[in-house]
Amino acid sequence: MAESGKTLASMNAGDKVVIDAVDTRDPQVRRLMTLGLVEGAEIEHATSALGGDPIEFILFGQAISMRREQARAFSVSPVGAGE
Amino acid sequence: MVGNPNSGKSTLFNRLTGLRQRIGNYPGVTVERHVGEMTHDGVKLELVDLPGTHALSAHSFEEMIAVNVIFDRMPGASAPDGILAVIDSTNLYQGLYLLQQLIEMDCPIAVALTMTDVAQAAGINIDIDALSARLGGIPVHPVTATTGQGIDALKDTLSTLPDQSRESIDPAWPALFDAARQLDPGHSVAEVGRLIVDGPDDANKSLATELLPEKQTAFDAIRASLFGDDEPLAAEARARYAWVRKTMDEVQETLPVYKTLGAKIIRFANRPIPGTIGLFVVMAIVFQAVFAWATPIMDLIDSATSALSGAAVDALGDGAFASLVGDGIIAGVGSVIIFLPQILILFLFIILLEDSGFLARAAYLLDRAMRSVGLSGQSIIPMISSFACAVPGIMATRVIPNRRDRIATILAAPFMTCSARLPVYALLIAAFVPARNVGFLNLQGLVLFALYLFGIVMGVLTALLLRQTALRGPKPPFALMLPAFRRPNLRTVLIQLLGRAKVFLYRAGTVIFVVALIVWALAYYPRSDDVAEFTVAAQAQAEQSLSGERLADALEEIGNRAAALQLEQSWLGRMGKTVEPLFSPLGWDWRVSSAVIAGFPAREVVIAVLGTVYAVGDEADEARLSERIKSASWPDGRPVFTLPMAVGLLIFYALCLQCAATIAVIRRETNSWRWPVFAWAYMSALGYVGALLAFQLGS
Repeated sequence: MAESGKTLASMNAGDKVVIDAVDTRDPQVRRLMTLGLVEGAEIEHATSALGGDPIEFILFGQAISMRREQARAFSVSPVGAGE
Repeated sequence: MVGNPNSGKSTLFNRLTGLRQRIGNYPGVTVERHVGEMTHDGVKLELVDLPGTHALSAHSFEEMIAVNVIFDRMPGASAPDGILAVIDSTNLYQGLYLLQQLIEMDCPIAVALTMTDVAQAAGINIDIDALSARLGGIPVHPVTATTGQGIDALKDTLSTLPDQSRESIDPAWPALFDAARQLDPGHSVAEVGRLIVDGPDDANKSLATELLPEKQTAFDAIRASLFGDDEPLAAEARARYAWVRKTMDEVQETLPVYKTLGAKIIRFANRPIPGTIGLFVVMAIVFQAVFAWATPIMDLIDSATSALSGAAVDALGDGAFASLVGDGIIAGVGSVIIFLPQILILFLFIILLEDSGFLARAAYLLDRAMRSVGLSGQSIIPMISSFACAVPGIMATRVIPNRRDRIATILAAPFMTCSARLPVYALLIAAFVPARNVGFLNLQGLVLFALYLFGIVMGVLTALLLRQTALRGPKPPFALMLPAFRRPNLRTVLIQLLGRAKVFLYRAGTVIFVVALIVWALAYYPRSDDVAEFTVAAQAQAEQSLSGERLADALEEIGNRAAALQLEQSWLGRMGKTVEPLFSPLGWDWRVSSAVIAGFPAREVVIAVLGTVYAVGDEADEARLSERIKSASWPDGRPVFTLPMAVGLLIFYALCLQCAATIAVIRRETNSWRWPVFAWAYMSALGYVGALLAFQLGS
C-alpha cells in the first residue's frame, strides 16, 4: 500500500486513483463510504467549484461532490501502483 | 417503489400509474405520500413512490421516511406487500448497495433496471440473467420509462409479486446475516441488521426496547466480534461494497465509447468559471420568468377578480351578504389564485432544473459561499424558491440532512422578498422615490433591488446568528451526488407540476382564504347606521343637484368616503386606533396602523385596506392611491407619509413575517410551535426597530 501521503484532496483534474485507506472518525466520511467511497474503489478527479472547494469526483461513472475537508480523510495511490 | 435518488423512480412511477395517482400526507410529517394505482390482468395494485435513499441507514429526513415505510414504522402507512427496487443501469454500483439491503427484508421483491437506453449509449452492458441469478433468482426487468419499453413485462411481474416465494438468499455480508438471524429470528435480517450496525437509535427504538433488555449480552458480543474497534457503518460499507464490486465484475461489462460533442460541452460547462457564470445566467432567467411572464397573467386575474366581486355586489345589493360574497369570498379566492402564475412558473423551472440535474450542481457550486454563513449548498434551493413564496421554499428544506441546518434555513427563508411583498414595495416606491435616472439606472429600480438585497442580507445574518447561538453545532455536511445531465421528460414534469400546484393550493390556499374572510369581517363589522343614513342623504342631495358624469363621480366619491368612515369605526379601525400609540413613534397614524394589522395574517391585503381607508375604493389603481397617501395628514396638518416614514414602512415590510401560511408551514415542518412563534416575534421586532430607526433618524 502506498503511503505517499496523497489524499483525494491533493489530486489534479483528470487524476485517477485507488482509495487505500479511510480515516473514519468523521461521520460525514462514513456517509461518503455508504455512497461507495471505500478502500479499493477507483476514483477520478473531475473538476471543482470556484476556489477549488467542493471537489467533484467520478466514481464508477457517477459524479459525486464533497468538501476538501472530507476529501483529506481518503488516502489514495495512483491506479495500478500497488499491483 | 424504492430506489436511489435520481434513479428514474418517479418517471417509472408515472409510467406505471399514469394519472391514477394522488398526493397525500403521512400523518404528523409533511413529506408527501405519492400513491398511484396500477391495474394489470385484473389485478389492482397500489404503488407508493417513496423518497429516494442510498441505503437503509437513513441520512436525511426524506430518507428516514422511505426507511420507516419499508420497515413498517410509519404511522398511517401499511407494511409493503412487495418492493419494487428501482435501479439506474448506469449506476449499478450504488444501486446494488441499496438492493442487497432490501433483499434482506422478508418481503417479495422485483427489480426494475431503468435508463437502459442511456446505459447502452454509455457502453454499459448488463447480463440480466446473471444478475438475477446472483440476486437469488428475483425478477429483474430492464425498462426505459420514457419510451415504455419493458413496462409490460414489469407489470406482469408486479401483478403477481405479493405471491412471490423466494429461495434462500446468498447474503452480501454473511457474518452480519448470520448474526442477525441468531439474535432475533422473529424479525427480518434487514431490520435486526440495522440495529446491530447502527446501535439503538431513534429509528429502531421499538425493536431495541423489544430485544435488548433480554439479549444485551449477546448483542454486545456480536457487535464486538463484527466490528472490533472499527466504525460499524464503515465496516458495513466495506463489506457490502466488496460484494457489489464482485457482482459487477460478473454481470457488467463496460465498452469504451467515443466521447460525444454533447459530453465534451457538458464537461466544459462543469468547470469552475463557466459553471459559476452559467449558474447566474440560469438564475437570472428564472427570476425574469417568474416576474416578467407572470405579471400579465396576474394582472388578468386581478382585474377578473375585481370585476367579478363588483358584479357580485351589484347583483346582491348592498347588504352584509353581498359584501361577504364580493369582498370576502371572491376577493379571498382571488388572493389565493393570484399567486398561482408565479408559483407555477417557479415550480416548472425548479422541476426542470431538478430533473435535468442542475439543482444539485447549483448546490455544489454555491456550497462555499453558503458555508461562510454557517449553511451548506443544499440551503440554496429553498432560498431561491422563497423569492416567489416562502411556503414552497420551506417545504424544499427537507433534503437538508441536519435538523439544525434545516431550521436555520427555514428561518432565513421568509426574509427573501416574496411576491406578496412586491405590491407594497411598488406602491411606496412609486409614491416616494422620484423616477429619475442615476447614470444608466432608474432610481426606483435601484431601490427595489436594494430591498431584495436587504432581504437576502437579513436572512443570511439571521442564519449566521442562529448558527452561532441556538442552533450552534458542527459544520453542515455536504456530500452530494451530481446526477448527469438529462433531458427532462415532459410527461413527468407536467405530472409533478400538477401535484405541487395541488399541494400549494391546499397548504397555502386554505390559510390565505380563511385569513381573507377574517380580515373582511374585522373591516366590515360593526356597521354604523349613522354613516349609512348620512350616505343615503348625501347621495340624494347629489342626485338632485348634479347629473351625468359629474353625478357618477360624486356618487363614487360618496361611496368611497362612506366606506372609509365605516372602516374607521369597524373592529379593524378601532384596533388601528388602539395600537396607534405603539406605532406613532414610527410615524404611523391609525390608518396605516390598521392596514398593517390587517396585513399581519397576509401581507398582500394591505393595499386593499389602504385603498379603503384612504377612501379611494378597495380596487384603487396605484397612481390614485399614491396621490392620496401623499396628501394624508395628521390632525395638526403635518403629512403622514414623509420619506423617513415611507422608508421605515418599506423596512417593516421587508422584515416582518406577515403571512399566516408561512407560520403554518414552519409549524408543520419543524413539528413544534417554538420556531414559528420565535420567527414571528423575532421578525416583528426587527421590523419595528428597523422602521423606528429609519423614522427617528430620518426625521
